[in-house]
Amino acid sequence: MEKPLTALIQPDGTPLDITGYERAGGYQALRKALTMTPEAIIGEVTRSKLRGRGGGGFATGRKWDAVPRGADAPRQRYLAVNADEMEPGSFKDRLLLEQTPHQMIESVIISAFAIQASIAYIFVRAEYVLSINRLVRAVAEAEAKGYAGANILGSGYALTIHVHASGGRYICGESSALLTALEGRRPIPRARPPRSASSGLWGKPSVVNNVETLCNVPHIIERGADWFLGLSHSTDGGTKLYGMSGRVKRPGLWELPLGTPLNEILEEHAGGMQDGYECRAVLPGGASSAFIMAADFNVAMDFTSVQKVGSALGTGNIMALDDRRCPVGMLRNLEHFFAQESCGFCTPCRDGLPWVERILAAIEDGEGRPEDLDTLARHTIFLGSDFTFCDLAPGAMQPLASGLKHFRAEFEQHISEKCCPWHDSAGGWA
Amino acid sequence: MSTADQSSPDAPLDAALRQEITAAVQHAEYKRAASTDALKLVQKRFGYISDKHLAEVAAILGMTPAELDAVATFYNLIFRRPVGRHVILLCDSVACWVMGEAAARAQLRERLGIKPGETTADGRFTLLPIVCLGHCDHAPAMMVDEDQYGDLNAARLDAILDGYK
Repeated sequence: MEKPLTALIQPDGTPLDITGYERAGGYQALRKALTMTPEAIIGEVTRSKLRGRGGGGFATGRKWDAVPRGADAPRQRYLAVNADEMEPGSFKDRLLLEQTPHQMIESVIISAFAIQASIAYIFVRAEYVLSINRLVRAVAEAEAKGYAGANILGSGYALTIHVHASGGRYICGESSALLTALEGRRPIPRARPPRSASSGLWGKPSVVNNVETLCNVPHIIERGADWFLGLSHSTDGGTKLYGMSGRVKRPGLWELPLGTPLNEILEEHAGGMQDGYECRAVLPGGASSAFIMAADFNVAMDFTSVQKVGSALGTGNIMALDDRRCPVGMLRNLEHFFAQESCGFCTPCRDGLPWVERILAAIEDGEGRPEDLDTLARHTIFLGSDFTFCDLAPGAMQPLASGLKHFRAEFEQHISEKCCPWHDSAGGWA
Repeated sequence: MSTADQSSPDAPLDAALRQEITAAVQHAEYKRAASTDALKLVQKRFGYISDKHLAEVAAILGMTPAELDAVATFYNLIFRRPVGRHVILLCDSVACWVMGEAAARAQLRERLGIKPGETTADGRFTLLPIVCLGHCDHAPAMMVDEDQYGDLNAARLDAILDGYK
């Protein structure tokens, strides 16, 4: 089984420097890409059926194709890498940034060339200090060798790469807020249209792609779209960096064919649940994905299959809810996160999420009323995608709506017994 | 933070720091694009951004103090109030919640005698909650200043704090 994204990760966790990366075949894809036309690169990526790995799942080739080309198009274009990994339960991009920084840089250069961007930003969350340091070093090494900067490898193409360290806020991972943050403004999401592809950073055509998404690009260029499609068990191409956390025996990350079954990830790779714990449900792709219940654990973890069981692949980093933790408490934790991280710009999100959190807290603390469940259900509609400015609140409603459906009995038990049935088992050290 | 010079948060920025900020501004495509970098430079020296420093940095960036404050107050890790010599960021998101964040929080509160959001009387530690640190496979997790720690337990937590004076 091929694992292109993680093949060069060293057992001791030290990333390859530029010489080691070159010796392992690094920057060969860039050399090949520079002999291709941007259209040919976009065509190959489109044929590879690479879809966004940051949560949205948008087709990468299509995103790139939307950037205006030709003589009349604005000359200044931007590529922004979304390395603002802050979706709770997700830790995959950190691995790629820390352990394969040159793979990231090569991906950036090829992808920027494809959309003919002259400046690229890598937007890294503030807490990923090691990632930031290693990227800064990798950019300097790449510039020194002529892979970045002016007249790259004599091709005439020039690219400046900036590593931007964020100040820390979840909404910066929303692509238009990310661009606003790069401009040095208070990063609230922007109205669409216009799409960033035509008017993004400083009003210029811009593309925002996730770390894992872009890291596939050199491999697609080097080995071709057919090879990439062959890596996958689904109709979309590639491998996926799946992760698992919670009370499993071996929490971690594994690069596996896209479409690997959820129960294989849980049982084989994560080693199953710790002794004495049962997995009741999972959030398959971060805090913004709906619960998948144990009955559906045979689902293939690809974009379409996960949707069919009512959730979303999201980041593909799976969070297990075990039978010793309270589902209402878990939802309270999740909604606390979203309420805190709401940018505060649009009213449903700013006012609705704290209300949801307070109701969940009241229920968890034994002060819930039966009508609270209707109020929560109403919020899952009015904080949905037709009523808010961006996808933060609709994402926040995914676990809540599915939780109200699947854990109805537990909600009612809290309210009728006026306490949390799990109260005594919560809060201890492992 | 650990290198913070907290004796003079209201003194004007010295020439060396102004020069660092100016260099960041020159590196940026537009002046205000350097706002996060500039704020971080000041915070690295003083631990937080005082009103006076905010106004000085805003002038360098060609922004009004209010515009820069709108940026500064938006970010979880730009501090507009004084913090201790070391800042403990304890992850309170979902994977850590499952794996024992409450126990870590309780132990920190007991050892330090402060609640999240407070600073110890000796100015050694500030305790803050933080959103998911992306260290979920080693939950519960935290950071102290720029150092990351996972797989926390009672003994390990005490040993980590002993290392920060």
